[in-house]
Amino acid sequence: MRAFARLLDQLAFTPSRNAKLTLLRDYLGKAPDPERGWALASLTGALTFDAAKPAFIRKAAQERLDPQLFALSYDFVGDLAETVALVWPVKPGANREPELPEVVESLRTASRREVPILLERWLDALDATGRWALLKLLTGGLRVGVSARLAKQALAGLGDVAVTDIEEVWHSQEPPYGDLFAWLEKRSERPSTDAPARFRPVMLAQAIDEATDFARYDAGDYAAEWKWDGIRVQAAHERGERRLYSRTGEDIAGAFPDVLAALDFEGVIDGELLIFNDGHAASFGDLQQRLNRKSADAKLLAKFPAGIRAYDLLMDGEEDLRGLPFAERRKRLEAFIARLKSPRIDLSPLQPFASWEELATLRANPPQGDPAIAEGLMLKRWDSIYEPGRPKGPWFKWKRDPHLVDAVLMYAQRGHGKRSGFYSDYTFGVWREDANGDRALTPVGKAYFGFTDEELKRIDKFVRDNTVERFGPVRSVRADRDFGLVLEIAFEGLQRSARHKSGVAMRFPRVNRIRWDKPAREADELPALEKLLD
Amino acid sequence: MRSRSMAGFRQLLRNTPQGLYCPPGDFHIDPVAPVARALVTHGHSDHARSGHGTVLATPETLAIMGARYGESFAATTQAARYGEKISHNDVSVTLVPAGHVLGSAQAVLRWKDITIVVSGDYKRRRDPTCALFEPVPCDVFVSEATFGLPVFRFPDASEEVAKLLKSVALFPERTHLVGAYALGKAQRIISLLREAGYDKTIYVHGAMASMNALYEAHGVQLGPLAPATDVARNALPGEIVIAPPSAIADKWARRFADPIPAFASGWMMVRARARQRHVELPLVISDHADWDELTETISEIKPRELWITHGSEDALLRWSELNGITAHALEIIGYADEDD
Repeated sequence: MRAFARLLDQLAFTPSRNAKLTLLRDYLGKAPDPERGWALASLTGALTFDAAKPAFIRKAAQERLDPQLFALSYDFVGDLAETVALVWPVKPGANREPELPEVVESLRTASRREVPILLERWLDALDATGRWALLKLLTGGLRVGVSARLAKQALAGLGDVAVTDIEEVWHSQEPPYGDLFAWLEKRSERPSTDAPARFRPVMLAQAIDEATDFARYDAGDYAAEWKWDGIRVQAAHERGERRLYSRTGEDIAGAFPDVLAALDFEGVIDGELLIFNDGHAASFGDLQQRLNRKSADAKLLAKFPAGIRAYDLLMDGEEDLRGLPFAERRKRLEAFIARLKSPRIDLSPLQPFASWEELATLRANPPQGDPAIAEGLMLKRWDSIYEPGRPKGPWFKWKRDPHLVDAVLMYAQRGHGKRSGFYSDYTFGVWREDANGDRALTPVGKAYFGFTDEELKRIDKFVRDNTVERFGPVRSVRADRDFGLVLEIAFEGLQRSARHKSGVAMRFPRVNRIRWDKPAREADELPALEKLLD
Repeated sequence: MRSRSMAGFRQLLRNTPQGLYCPPGDFHIDPVAPVARALVTHGHSDHARSGHGTVLATPETLAIMGARYGESFAATTQAARYGEKISHNDVSVTLVPAGHVLGSAQAVLRWKDITIVVSGDYKRRRDPTCALFEPVPCDVFVSEATFGLPVFRFPDASEEVAKLLKSVALFPERTHLVGAYALGKAQRIISLLREAGYDKTIYVHGAMASMNALYEAHGVQLGPLAPATDVARNALPGEIVIAPPSAIADKWARRFADPIPAFASGWMMVRARARQRHVELPLVISDHADWDELTETISEIKPRELWITHGSEDALLRWSELNGITAHALEIIGYADEDD
């Protein structure tokens, strides 16, 4: 348990993705089986316990420590599990420290009554970090900033294979993943992938380079369709198994029982998960209400009904179509969707065009209805097979130009990792007129990239030189009619938001240009921004 | 003999706006403002201030004050070695090791039949850079309570140093930047690294050079050190740099190769504290007594009264109540241990 606890502890303090990968690779390469398998399962969310409730943990601690001392401690630390881990008064004659597999296997078989006894025994045997890790494991949710995707990437690094290879075998593997590690360490063959409704690694598009790609490629070789503003999903129904995966192979079916119930076919569809209102796609903001949940109640299902706009067919019954050209797959998809006649699964229509110029016009002027919310266009070579990863050439995305707004820097916060000494997270605002006709800045978003290291240094100096107030790690910067730094912000969309004072929230904002030349009073006004609401 | 009240003890020692004052001996202990006669327990700047008339302290503490403030930090000084008895009026004063930093002392005051021990800041753990704390039986034990909460139970410092060395091995392309208080903590970390077999050059911030030299002059071997200043951009990958806590998240840190900010402090026991300071490698190494050391020391000394100078006194008062010990909080203002 000690090595696993140390790993969680360090991951929790490490902001950098690369450093997290190094920590994970180091642990997964050194820890023995089956410990590392159980660790991997808990990190990827494949293993969660709901064995201990916070109230029980508090009670156990208070039986050993004076409630007043406990209250003073909790007040200082602010987190219950951490407080208990720190204050736990160990009974003398400590037991042997439990190993992770022992903990996992005991919890899987223990009855409700046995859990408290086990927990006390383990807490007595572990050190503070070990107790903290154990309590996190028991109460569900490690929250150390590791996604399943990152864990798979660490595995790929460990075995020197592509992450798509890991994704392909992942869903046929069960914790503690003995076969998977054996394969990655070249001790055995790649595990069989013949599990029904398993995840098929997805094919991704490159961003098109307008300057060179249109000259290089022939418009006649490509099909075009709208790039929908939802999330990419893979919906599978094979031999009685139904699954709904995100683009990285995470099973998101729990939040979308309505979609899962609609998978009345035998095969695997690639498409966009969207909220449908009377057959029309709704904005990403609506979809967000349904994302990142473990389940969804009836009210939410009724208010934001979800469905799939299909754009590829990977399996038709038992036939694997991935080796066929797109043109062929598309015909099969159209027939497949027509047969299905489902109100929740429709087809992403192709957009006919004769030349790149014609397509550019279409992209600049999307017709009313669904295409108005599209993020741009997708280009797919008619002859392209379905190839996992992001090959250059067969598929392109041609995003709509971002929206631009001139905003004024209002607050700055120090960054993490490489930027820990720099003010690199910026809150910016636009002008708004109040009832008295006075103009004041109102914050509309936050951006922390889009500038070079040199520019960062210059903004950092500007922040330090023009600080008005400090609140912990945040500085408020002088920004008024006569003085302020104007940032040209690029963003993908704008939604109403009750959480923000300005009433709007930007999607994917970043600094496009720094307008050292522009007077603050000439920055944009809120009504101009509100016109862009989705 | 054993019936004297707190009022009686207060004839020997009482709290004043300048800090603890001994009327029969006419001196203050660790005064926070200039006074005529001061006894200084150790060299940290919140306890050892300049501008007093005369200062009584260990030779090491006087040397530290001289290095910090210049030789004219007080009009006159008087050095007292550990165990040496100094008498003034009817009061005798003996300085006894406190285990906090080099030269740190507890002041044992004896007057008539009363013994009061002012422990200053202390710890009970072994520290290669200073003498071990010696418990002295007394009527009143005056204790700090910087880490006076049951959440503070520090791991072994050698384990924390092992954590640092493991991280150095895992990230050879990055600089490990360790924030540590310039007096005491820095030298202790360096010594612990040497004990763990780390014999490479350790780079130090300019603010630490004089204290390192002073420790070495007092027989604490620190091994090869070099200044961390005047280095090129992205300098010192794979190396350990020790700097004052305020420097690790500041402009100064930018010169190093993708630095990992570490911080050696008892406060690192609590995650929120580490995160507030943007620390990525918290090292729980403290020169103060943790909860167990505080309560075990009080239980061992069995004073008739416990007086608490500064820190989190609430929990220690509660613990005393539960254990039948008479305790008072003095609420001395002016001692800050945020970086300790």
